[in-house]
Amino acid sequence: MRLNLNISNAFADRLFSLAARGSALLTLVLLLGIIVSLVMGAWPAIREYGPGFLTHDAWDPVREDFGGRVMIHGTLATSFIALLIAVPVSFGIALFLTELSPAWLKRPLGTAIELLAAVPSIVYGMWGLMVFGPVLAQYVQQPMQSLLGDVPFLGALVSGPPVGIGILSAGIILSIMVIPFIASVMRDVFEVTPPLLKESAYGLGATTWEVVWRVVLPYTKTGVLGGIMLGLGRALGETMAVTFVIGNMSQSSSLSLFEPANSITSALANEFAEAAPGLHQASLIYLGLVLFLITFTVLICSKLLLMRLKKGEGRRA
Amino acid sequence: MKRHDADKTALFARRKRFNRLAIALSMGAMLFGLFWLAWILWETVSIGLSSLSVAMLTESMPPPDEAIGTGGLANAMMGSFMMVALATFVGTPIGILSGVYLAEYDPNGKLSASVRFVNDLLLSAPSIIIGLFVYALIVVQFKEFSGWAGAAALALIVIPITIRTTENVLALVPDGLREAAYALGTPKWKVITRITLVAARAGVLTGILLAVARISGETAPLLFTALNNQFWQASLSGPLANLPVTILQFAMSPYENWQQLAWGGVFLITLAVLGLNVLARALSREKLK
Amino acid sequence: MMPSGAEKLAPPAPSKIAVRNLNFYYGKFLALKGINLDIPANRVTAFIGPSGCGKSTLLRTFNRMFELYPDQRAEGEILLDGENLLASKQDVALIRARIGMVFQKPTPFPMSIFENIAFGVRLFEKLSRIDMEERVQWALRKAAIWNEVKDKLHMNGASLSGGQQQRLCIARCIAIKPELLLLDEPCSALDPISTARVEDLIAELKNDYTVVMVTHNMQQAARVSDCTAYMYLGELIEFGETEQMFLKPERRETEDYITGRFG
Repeated sequence: MRLNLNISNAFADRLFSLAARGSALLTLVLLLGIIVSLVMGAWPAIREYGPGFLTHDAWDPVREDFGGRVMIHGTLATSFIALLIAVPVSFGIALFLTELSPAWLKRPLGTAIELLAAVPSIVYGMWGLMVFGPVLAQYVQQPMQSLLGDVPFLGALVSGPPVGIGILSAGIILSIMVIPFIASVMRDVFEVTPPLLKESAYGLGATTWEVVWRVVLPYTKTGVLGGIMLGLGRALGETMAVTFVIGNMSQSSSLSLFEPANSITSALANEFAEAAPGLHQASLIYLGLVLFLITFTVLICSKLLLMRLKKGEGRRA
Repeated sequence: MKRHDADKTALFARRKRFNRLAIALSMGAMLFGLFWLAWILWETVSIGLSSLSVAMLTESMPPPDEAIGTGGLANAMMGSFMMVALATFVGTPIGILSGVYLAEYDPNGKLSASVRFVNDLLLSAPSIIIGLFVYALIVVQFKEFSGWAGAAALALIVIPITIRTTENVLALVPDGLREAAYALGTPKWKVITRITLVAARAGVLTGILLAVARISGETAPLLFTALNNQFWQASLSGPLANLPVTILQFAMSPYENWQQLAWGGVFLITLAVLGLNVLARALSREKLK
Repeated sequence: MMPSGAEKLAPPAPSKIAVRNLNFYYGKFLALKGINLDIPANRVTAFIGPSGCGKSTLLRTFNRMFELYPDQRAEGEILLDGENLLASKQDVALIRARIGMVFQKPTPFPMSIFENIAFGVRLFEKLSRIDMEERVQWALRKAAIWNEVKDKLHMNGASLSGGQQQRLCIARCIAIKPELLLLDEPCSALDPISTARVEDLIAELKNDYTVVMVTHNMQQAARVSDCTAYMYLGELIEFGETEQMFLKPERRETEDYITGRFG
């Protein structure tokens, strides 16, 4: 009887361990499957255009002439604007939450910022299109055009119809979306800075700003960088918030931040379900593959950076 | 010497000014963040509430350009619910098992290291890419958009989230607890299912709730898997109505009745997602006590 | 409350810090009860007592470090050369620049050894490169660590051993030329050899500075300090010259603690 029990337990052990191992392996298979299916789906377009697709400036489903430059530019430009706004703001929020906020406010404010991260992106998109876009057009875009319209280069950036749609508004909405991600990571890593380290800087007579900028930030740089990369990944891959407000113009090649443009994700969202199988669909999948590779690269870069920083700690300053 | 002192005072005054400026900017950043939250929630709640009606919760989608107040989102809510439920049901066990493998079977091994890396990659992969993958895997094979495909796409989002949280909370279970169980002669699978997972259950549950919240609002992976459907349907085969894609379609349309319903849908989705988040938060706080 | 003997025993040197009727609160909890104390200049004064007695708390009122935490509050007077620090209109950063502090654990800043020292100096003085190098060298010599680090000033402060890090922190305080040094259990994280070096250093430093240290190690207090204050449950029980205290304490409680009969 006892022996029997042992055998069944041993069997259950084997089974359970196999299930766990199998599930873990499934993750690897999943990634492989994604890459293979993307490459296979994109193959007609890869064969047709090669790497030139990335810089080819055309998107004409009727004449079957496709190039990804506009979308790739849109994705990179909106993410860049998003980080430009979100990084300093997130730093300010983290500084406030860790050093300045009265104790009773810390918790509710931190929770509020985290909830902002949980709001589904479609809500941001809808709000951006219906509420924010018109406000942006009237109070920011029109004044900027009358101010900068005649200045060379800057004038080109602000040309086009000021209707609150395009790269600028998509970038701003993306920044609102990624602020909570970056800010909560920054707050978390600022909070684990040893109090003694901060106290010894304060003890020398440093101001709050000097303590955070010169001591806390260098001490937590790996974590802060990780947070920024997390935000960048979010911004690059975000679909709905961008699709609503970017304007979905795949043919625009102007520099303007106000003109309707397109991003990889919104091109996929808008066209894929209706795209004819063939070169059009393959080109869209090619775009998806490019996007996947971009986020992949961002992740690898941040991992390598973290590893280097970790190794470097305790050696050179 | 006096000159030196004057220099010192000037330097200090400059530092003080700079510090005050930094503090002001930091407060500004905080207000900036809260301002958007307040604005978005305010618009969502005020417009959403005003467009809520009984019909919205009980009737299926109306044709375009009808009178405001007729028709609703009941079929979309049903479709979303079915897909989210199935995705959670399928994705969670796989995620938990993988997390168990990483934390309990092979915490320092090569396989675990690569699974962790791939998992990070999947977590940061754009959800629309997951949609593309499922399209190629399921929609193309069966030659139709379907609720099954939508649920599969959502499950693929649940898995990496659950893996991450499960591994993290299992790592927090003290080794003494495991050792005590092994010392009694308990087989490993029982130690895991009866002791460590139970000790970590609040954390695991929190992770699941957060994953459910996340997929409830996901739109991108459904666009070319479940697509959408205007009619009531209680089965997962064929294109399936769902809340996020309906909101997208209705909001982008020129018809006022559809736009109104889109706002109502946005309100419902925000309510559900934030509610799940608050619940998860309360649960994890409970755990700390 | 306050033993009248303390007044009588007050050491002959002029006092650098005078504490008058100091109460300290953590929220509602009264952690220091009516402390009166005169700390002599150019001497090493040690605070001893069982953990939780308030000795670190008392030390942290001297540079108003407690103000970083909103629920902590002090009332009474702390006179530094006659000026009440708690009511001072002077900016707290300027007060802290006059009072250096070293903590239980070494706290090198995440920057090079050179920058660790230069960081504090730059807060208050604009020095030329040569002057700064001179100042850094001076501080490191003063802290008896120059010979160990002179060839690796560009290395991260965290790359030093624990004992070296602690002396680096002392050098960092000295570099801004404070009048008073506060040491909060400076050897508690160090091995015996590093401890001995830091103790030697403390004995050196009293020629130029007034040193106040908290220690849980009575032998250390006996070895290093000139005056000793024994605290218990937030009260100052006895204060006097170290030799006197250890050989012939006035109060029964002190004797019990020193001889280890304290339960």
